[in-house]
Amino acid sequence: MAARKTYEPTVMVSPPSDILIPERDLGEIPALECRHLGITFGGLHAVENFNLTVGKTEIAGLIGPNGAGKTTVFNLITKVYQPTTGTILLAGRDIAGMDTAAVNRAGIGRTFQNIRLFNNLTVEDNVKLGLHNSIRYRSFAGVLRLPSYWQEEKKAHERALELLSVFKMERMADLRAGGLPYGVQRRLEIIRALATEPRLLLLDEPAAGMNPSETEELMETIRRIRDEFRIAVLLIEHDMKLVMGICEGIAVMNFGKIIAKGTPDQIRNDPEVIEAYLGKNREE
Amino acid sequence: MDFLSNLVNGISLGSIYAVIALGYTMVYGIAKMLNFAHGDIIMVGAYVCFYAVYHFGLPGWAGVLLAMLLCLILGVAVERLAYRPLRRADSLAVLITAIGVSYFLENTAQLVFGANNVFFPNLFEAEPIRLFDGRLVISVVTLASIGICMAVMVILTLFIEKTKLGKAMRAVSEDKDAARLMGISVDRTISVTFAIGSALAALAGVLLCSAIPSLSPMTGSMPGIKAFTAAVFGGIGSIPGALLGGLLLGVIEVMGKAYISTQLSDAIVFLVLIIVLLVRPTGILGKKVQEKV
Repeated sequence: MAARKTYEPTVMVSPPSDILIPERDLGEIPALECRHLGITFGGLHAVENFNLTVGKTEIAGLIGPNGAGKTTVFNLITKVYQPTTGTILLAGRDIAGMDTAAVNRAGIGRTFQNIRLFNNLTVEDNVKLGLHNSIRYRSFAGVLRLPSYWQEEKKAHERALELLSVFKMERMADLRAGGLPYGVQRRLEIIRALATEPRLLLLDEPAAGMNPSETEELMETIRRIRDEFRIAVLLIEHDMKLVMGICEGIAVMNFGKIIAKGTPDQIRNDPEVIEAYLGKNREE
Repeated sequence: MDFLSNLVNGISLGSIYAVIALGYTMVYGIAKMLNFAHGDIIMVGAYVCFYAVYHFGLPGWAGVLLAMLLCLILGVAVERLAYRPLRRADSLAVLITAIGVSYFLENTAQLVFGANNVFFPNLFEAEPIRLFDGRLVISVVTLASIGICMAVMVILTLFIEKTKLGKAMRAVSEDKDAARLMGISVDRTISVTFAIGSALAALAGVLLCSAIPSLSPMTGSMPGIKAFTAAVFGGIGSIPGALLGGLLLGVIEVMGKAYISTQLSDAIVFLVLIIVLLVRPTGILGKKVQEKV
């Protein structure tokens, strides 16, 4: 295995109740707190009494069998769906009443299970759309090519290249996003989400469709993103090697509910989890 | 020389269609709806300009700007009041609402302005241009229509391709949820689209009525449908498609009138549309051009 970057081992602590966050985040306001979150679709409790706290710089995992409600949780946090019950605090701030765009501006970036890039735009323009709210000039300045347009565009261009360099993608800036290979598209989607300057990055199956060495690289990158950008990451993933390898806290869902929370070691040995989910994969 | 004259007139008429078609094509590209009230915005714009210039004595350019401004507000208001509440409704409900708005505008105009035609004096008072010893006469309206259309196309393309709001429009047209997650307000982007489309409709209305030169509450109806046809012809959702579709439609219509039959000219236009759609269901530039705005 490739040499790992030195990395302080996480000590997970449980301050009052069942909240579990890394020790280093103890004094800080958590990046995300979901309290009694729930949504009902026509009588079906798709997500019920969902409680989760993600520390300020934590990499957290959300796992569970297909249909357990993991992506629904992401849709609730990003307000694609309106929760029926419960509250969501983003860095201590209640996001009730915000729409998706406002939630993004408040500090949540997200990628999708099925990649949703702007396929007809270039790689650079995809990233620049992430920078949308940090680019400041008026549209007529853009049409007339006034100095403010050039200044801001230059800044955005440099920032976009800087972000692309996180994944060594600077040289692909002018390619059409839709024409990129699958793994590269996944990375671009992460960069685009990072461009919106989130406090919390939600990754929906970031390793889907990646080969083992790409996954290995992705794990390093997720850690590096957390370290460099000092943000929290919450990811949904089926690849247990990735989840167990980089997540500090893990929540397991089944039938819309959290059935277990803990460190990778605790989760690995939880009988209920093994029965619900990990049982099939134990031989790995 | 007749041919050349017809060609110039066709391009001029086509330019006006193209400017109107932009409104259809942009709204379709971004909000995924057919705004059949768009044609009637043309008529409102023409009336505003008519009253501003001939009753209140404003200079022509001020009349045009006022018409564009009021239509911009009208377009945004129509979207806000009639279409936004239906954002999640099925597309048929939105379509019927658009037809309803169209009738509402036509009938309100009849109430306010009267049902009769009014003479719309030419805003461009300059002498027509005579070429080839006076055998080819081109009116200033004709030239202005072509020039304004080209300018609009260039500005709009720059706006869509190069500015952040334009890119936001392309993003919304491709994937609304992903755009929202970039912090882009989809509702605001759609409002901007309606604003641009409606202001352009007012501009087209003034050019059209200057060329005809008359104005009634039904004036916008037929050019609206023709421009919609032009948008479909060129490939709906595509801006170069709107230009190409508009120009072709204008030339076919004028040539049809001149060489085949005045009565049949509209039928010929739609016949060509049907043939094109049979061969290329997405319109001429529908698939090849990737920008769907």
